[in-house]
Amino acid sequence: MGVSGPALLAVSDLAVNFASHGTTTRALDGVSFTIPRGRTVALVGESGSGKSVTAQAILRILPKAATIAGGSIVFQETQDGEAVDITRLDPSGRQMLGLRGGSIAMIFQEPMSSLSPLHTVGDQVTEAYLLHKGGSRAEARRAAEAVFARVGLPDPARVFVTYPFELSGGMRQRAMIAMALICQPALLIADEPTTALDVTTQAQILELIKDLQAETGMSVLLITHDLGVVANMADEVVVMYRGRIVESGEREAIFRDPQHAYLKALMRAVPRFDMEPGERLTPLREIATADLIAAAPITVGPTPKGPVLDVTGISKVFTLRAGWFSGNLRQVRAVSDVNLTLMPGTTLGLVGESGCGKTTVSKMIMRALKPDEGRIRFDDGTGLRDVQSLEGEDLLRYRRAVQFIFQDPFSSLNPRMTVYQLLTEPLRIHEQISEAEKFAKAKMLIEMVGLDKRHLRRYPHSFSGGQRQRLGIARALALSPKVLLCDEPVSALDVSVQAQILNLLKDLQAALGLSYLFVSHNLAVVDYIADTIAVMCRGHIVEQAPKALLFRNPVHPYTQALLAAVPDPDLDHPLDFDTLRTGRFSDPTAWPHPFGLGNDRPSQMEEIEPDHWVRTTTSERAAA
Amino acid sequence: MIAYIARRLLTMAGTLLIISALVFVIIKLPPGDFLTNQIAELRSQGGEAAATKAAFLIKQYGLDLPVWKQYLVWIGVWPGPNGFSGLLQGDWGWSFEFDRPVNEVVGDTLWLTLLVNIAVLIFVHVVSIPIAIFSAVRQYSWGDYLATFIGYIGLAMPNFLLALILLYYTNRWFGISIGGLYDPQYANAPWSWNKVVSLGQHLIVPTLVIGLSGTAAMIRRMRANLLDELSKQYYVTAKAKGVPPTKALLKYPFRMALNPFVADIGNILPHLVSGSILVSLVLSLPTVGPILLGALRSQDQFLAAFILMFVAILTVIGMLISDLLLAWLDPRIRLGAR
Repeated sequence: MGVSGPALLAVSDLAVNFASHGTTTRALDGVSFTIPRGRTVALVGESGSGKSVTAQAILRILPKAATIAGGSIVFQETQDGEAVDITRLDPSGRQMLGLRGGSIAMIFQEPMSSLSPLHTVGDQVTEAYLLHKGGSRAEARRAAEAVFARVGLPDPARVFVTYPFELSGGMRQRAMIAMALICQPALLIADEPTTALDVTTQAQILELIKDLQAETGMSVLLITHDLGVVANMADEVVVMYRGRIVESGEREAIFRDPQHAYLKALMRAVPRFDMEPGERLTPLREIATADLIAAAPITVGPTPKGPVLDVTGISKVFTLRAGWFSGNLRQVRAVSDVNLTLMPGTTLGLVGESGCGKTTVSKMIMRALKPDEGRIRFDDGTGLRDVQSLEGEDLLRYRRAVQFIFQDPFSSLNPRMTVYQLLTEPLRIHEQISEAEKFAKAKMLIEMVGLDKRHLRRYPHSFSGGQRQRLGIARALALSPKVLLCDEPVSALDVSVQAQILNLLKDLQAALGLSYLFVSHNLAVVDYIADTIAVMCRGHIVEQAPKALLFRNPVHPYTQALLAAVPDPDLDHPLDFDTLRTGRFSDPTAWPHPFGLGNDRPSQMEEIEPDHWVRTTTSERAAA
Repeated sequence: MIAYIARRLLTMAGTLLIISALVFVIIKLPPGDFLTNQIAELRSQGGEAAATKAAFLIKQYGLDLPVWKQYLVWIGVWPGPNGFSGLLQGDWGWSFEFDRPVNEVVGDTLWLTLLVNIAVLIFVHVVSIPIAIFSAVRQYSWGDYLATFIGYIGLAMPNFLLALILLYYTNRWFGISIGGLYDPQYANAPWSWNKVVSLGQHLIVPTLVIGLSGTAAMIRRMRANLLDELSKQYYVTAKAKGVPPTKALLKYPFRMALNPFVADIGNILPHLVSGSILVSLVLSLPTVGPILLGALRSQDQFLAAFILMFVAILTVIGMLISDLLLAWLDPRIRLGAR
């Protein structure tokens, strides 16, 4: 262990109850673990397993319905200092207020919603300093700017006066970390600190937490469902399942020799780069509907001989107003010269960080946006037709054939409609069929995605995230589409549920001959589901190749960075923080020759081996 | 910022121009008005003198002109019988019913209306915000239920009835005279300290009565808004920083919950004028509400048109104020966040 003496935090036999409508549910039961000084303990489990409740209990910020029913949380800030049992303190008493934010700090998953949009970053960060350290505003400001510089925020003085929404996701999370660290806490609780971030940003934030820990000697309680993050960060691992701890131990032991069936299952559910072709993920709870899907009377119509969707040279420029009160206009090139071809029955993966233009491309395909240049053609089996020129009945037919699956299963289902209404709404709009036929169809759809027909009368709020995403898929299938545009369909879900959804999508494709455009920032997920992968950065496709080629021989520096940034749940493949540190790989002007873009330098896609295309500025490579 | 306000003022002027045209057309739509009725009466009396008087009135008020010219004369961009003299020049026209200039008829009532409404606004906010915070933070406690119950009574009670009850008891217990905004002896007296005191005493009942339903509605909305914000992540963050509960509540969720109310200011002002007519009548308040009602009934065109314009001006000014306040309060609006 290296460190002796009493642990910084010892949770023993902790029990938490939730009361609702007169019944109590036990959310935590007999939870015991310790956090040694200067080490990282990872708390792993699915959503609803009690990870966050544990963190809230440590800070005594449990929701009102929850009560600590037993056990103790003993916190001993210094080796020979006084030990306090946090469960005995008054949650809003002075001692607890002093611990909270002062000695124990927390960072949260969603850096946008965790910061108030009405207050400047500086105001929110210095608040903790003023509360716990006292001192003047000027001192607090100096401390804040020092910690901003430490967490890698450029221009600390400017960041101090900006509002959270003016910063990018990664910068916000850095600000959030600065806020937690300004009082030099002994324990940092990080609740899914990188789940909402791009892989490359995630790698930087993880490294930052590691470095800060080495510098200050603080302990970290890392809450996550991502085993890849755990493998790279944790010293010790605690696995939770349904409010209980099912396994805990040193990282090595846990990863090399998992004991508990739940942990083993969890590990099998994560997509890895070294999977055999055709190997299937094993979700914790498989939904076996492949037969149902195969038997479903869905007619897809004639299959086109060529591509079902052909995108040639589309570009889109957005004009933004710089501020509400000013008339200054700014132009942003969201998408430039993008070419994509989607062959029937296959999956095209579109990979890139947030803001790279992936969603704009899918919106243009949906005809929700009009491309400035280029054209999008669609083939329903009768030949390619320009999507932009479709009108009337043809346009309606196109709308039926191309359906969308959204990222956020919580906000993409109307909470005031029952599942039956949700599933049959597309039918009501596009098809004139009787109520009995509608019911039969809704029943078929919901059973295809592994839910029961009794669920039809329920409202979306009574479903879990994964179930809601399945409802979203069922809705998209209602009109027997040919193409599904999946915009980050699994990035809001737990790994176990993610595997379930990915398998469902695969089964649907195999049985119905669907074509997918699968947009994601997670390369491992795309690797699992896609046949061809296009990597996108700042509006450009920078590399495009069949999956096997791309992963065997990634040529473009950006692709290489993306690949390197995916945390692998394998102790023998740790993240290479050194190559990821620069953070310049998403800046096209910083790419080495011949990849560097910018200054309107002309660039083109170049075929470096059959079907493997890379964007270069000159054709020197070919000449050489 | 200055450019923005200038742009807003321009669009406000345009809006008011369109409103003025609508107001004038709508008032002119029904056949007959106070003056034509009067002229018809004069003509039926017959005789040379009556005919001359009728001709004079028609000439004086430009009733022989086409409607669009009458409108232009009214707003003051077309020379009338007395040259350019319309709203723009500060001439609000003539009230036929009272046979006096409109500005004399409305006179004090304009600012008394403003006074009553501002008193109501302050009352509504001062009373409802603390109660709403209490019931949101202690959701489903007995205090929450009590506030909710009183709120429903406030919403359901016919306010003219409440007005009568309160008038009776304030008169019986405190000796405050019934109706009006001051004791009868001050009605036409010049302003003095005693008159101001009397005004203050008489403001209590109208403020309570007009404000009660607004207070009840505001408690309900503020509570709901605040409950939404209380579950937001940034509030948890604030608590996790160790911010004391009351400070955390007021600094973060409460401030977020204020936005819709600031946005409402523009609507509240005109609503208070037109919404309180019944109460104003019962309490015989010297405000513009009852005058507007009378003017509309007797088709006293210039008086009615002027009061409607006054309400319109209140609306656009209220909108401007609420937009500027919102921009000041919420950086997302100021800086144009997504």
